[in-house]
Amino acid sequence: MAYNAQLDTKRLPPKLQKKLRRQRILPGGKGKRKLNRSMAGNTLLFVLMGICGVFMVLPLVMIINNALKPLDELYQFPPRIFVRNPTLENFSDLFVLMNDSWVPFSRYILNTFIITGSGMVGHVIVASLAAYPLAKHHFPGKDLLFSMVVLAMMFSWTVTQIPQYAIISWLGINNTYLALILPAFSFSMGLYLMKQFMEQLPDSLMESARIQGANEWQIFWRIVMPNVKPAWLTLAIFQFQSMWGNTGGLFLRDEQLKPLQYALQQITAGGVARAGAAAAVTFIIAAVPVTFFLICQSSILETMTTSGMKD
Amino acid sequence: MSITAKQANLRSQRTSLWTIIRRNKASYLMIAPYFILFFFFTVLPVLMSILLSFTYYNMLEPPEFVGWANYVKLLLDDDIFLISLKNTMLFAVITGPVSYMLCLIFAWIINEFQPKMRAFLTLIFYAPSICGNAYMVWNLILTGDRYGYLNGLLMNLDIINEPILWMQTEKYIMPVLIVVQLWLSLGTGFLSFIAGLQTVDKGMYEAAAIDGVRNRWQELWYVTLPAMKPQLMFGAVMQITQSFAVADISTNLAGNPSVNYAGATIVTHLLDYGSTRLDMGYASAIATILFLLMVGTNKLVQRFLRRVGE
Repeated sequence: MAYNAQLDTKRLPPKLQKKLRRQRILPGGKGKRKLNRSMAGNTLLFVLMGICGVFMVLPLVMIINNALKPLDELYQFPPRIFVRNPTLENFSDLFVLMNDSWVPFSRYILNTFIITGSGMVGHVIVASLAAYPLAKHHFPGKDLLFSMVVLAMMFSWTVTQIPQYAIISWLGINNTYLALILPAFSFSMGLYLMKQFMEQLPDSLMESARIQGANEWQIFWRIVMPNVKPAWLTLAIFQFQSMWGNTGGLFLRDEQLKPLQYALQQITAGGVARAGAAAAVTFIIAAVPVTFFLICQSSILETMTTSGMKD
Repeated sequence: MSITAKQANLRSQRTSLWTIIRRNKASYLMIAPYFILFFFFTVLPVLMSILLSFTYYNMLEPPEFVGWANYVKLLLDDDIFLISLKNTMLFAVITGPVSYMLCLIFAWIINEFQPKMRAFLTLIFYAPSICGNAYMVWNLILTGDRYGYLNGLLMNLDIINEPILWMQTEKYIMPVLIVVQLWLSLGTGFLSFIAGLQTVDKGMYEAAAIDGVRNRWQELWYVTLPAMKPQLMFGAVMQITQSFAVADISTNLAGNPSVNYAGATIVTHLLDYGSTRLDMGYASAIATILFLLMVGTNKLVQRFLRRVGE
């Protein structure tokens, strides 16, 4: 048995509501009804989280410590996790190397900004826009299209790269930003994720907007999207990560078009002498998505405390 | 049937198709941008790859049609494929379900904490997926001499007397890879569960409490899980695509080819042919077989998930 039926308490007569509140059956009265939580269960969960957390946080700890280690500590044997004499030398070395680069470094940053920004925003919008009719409308071909998207995720990406390269050349967008951005718009996972979340929205929500004369476009922007905010913020994290990690690879040949990720990896390819700068690069490469992640996650967790939409 | 009748019939069919499109104009307009791009950058490349699997194609000369030859060789005459198939199934059977449960359990536990603590805990548990240095960490731990963290620890505890070459010893490769894969498992599914839990209607917990749901375990099974079924389905598909496509871990930790192919998976085998031996036809045949495996598994899992909370 599943609880799909929602208790619309606001429709009950006010007198009964008051009575139920007094009996602590409804929330809001004196002494809010607490959900059942046992002390033993809480302790167990805390301990479990603590033990596992130590192992999971290891990469984060190492990145921060390595970035602060002077060169001799980076090559110390046996290696130690924690830094003893923290220094910012690695970052100053990195900035010197950046100033030496052939294409001004600001250009790489601009490229990354364009590619990551438009790849992420565009994908979230295009995929959500397609997910809404697939989740909530009825039209011929819907099931076929959706199953194509899910199946596409199961085909190994390695072998489709070659045909994809051929198609991109044929479309004439090779060696432009579009060669990275347009395929990113149509990644399968995003549409699937958005469709699953939209499916949960009660039909009555959209129906009442339709009765008030809203068209589908307005319903999408004003009702559907605000209600699936946790979903598109999560999708933004995934897409940011995948776009941020893109080096341009096959598709971008001009140095002026390459993203930051490529330039940074070039610096780390300098061997032993650049190990310090490489540690700083690893830090920057991780710090940007981590910051983005924290911003998105905290607003995901805010949504439910502020929105009174679903009651 | 006379010609005019046929024509009339045809015309009515065409108008009915046209009216269907017109009636659903809004829906089709909304899906158009995505599916046009999807067709060019995903559907076409996949179809072309499937066609390539019936050819010999070395990326220099034009593809040459060879019929079922690639498939026959793959299924009957390729011992390494059998090893990689066995290893992949091992990953799928062990890490697939366990990772899925871990994602769900940790997402659920994190959801029990206060909002500020939640964002922080989510970061800690998602760290292996976002930091990009996961393999560096494990290479340090698994270094084969005394200086490797794991060897050092075991020697200090007197469990072993001399260092073990973890990634060069056949019998350790798969167990270690499975552990690392589990450690990396809190990724896409985990974050989507975290988001899914935020959308569960709080009122349902109260309604359930009235109906006699006593503790958090019952709450999980009768309220939370059924409410986030769409996310559970999504997580399952992501888990299948990830555990069948394990490759990066194996190449980064054990190398490709690994010692005696002990760490070979279907995708490392595919990479071996696709990018080292430049036999794209054969690589495409491997991809097609892998695809069929995943589709079959997905069918099974989806049937099982429909029963959650019943």
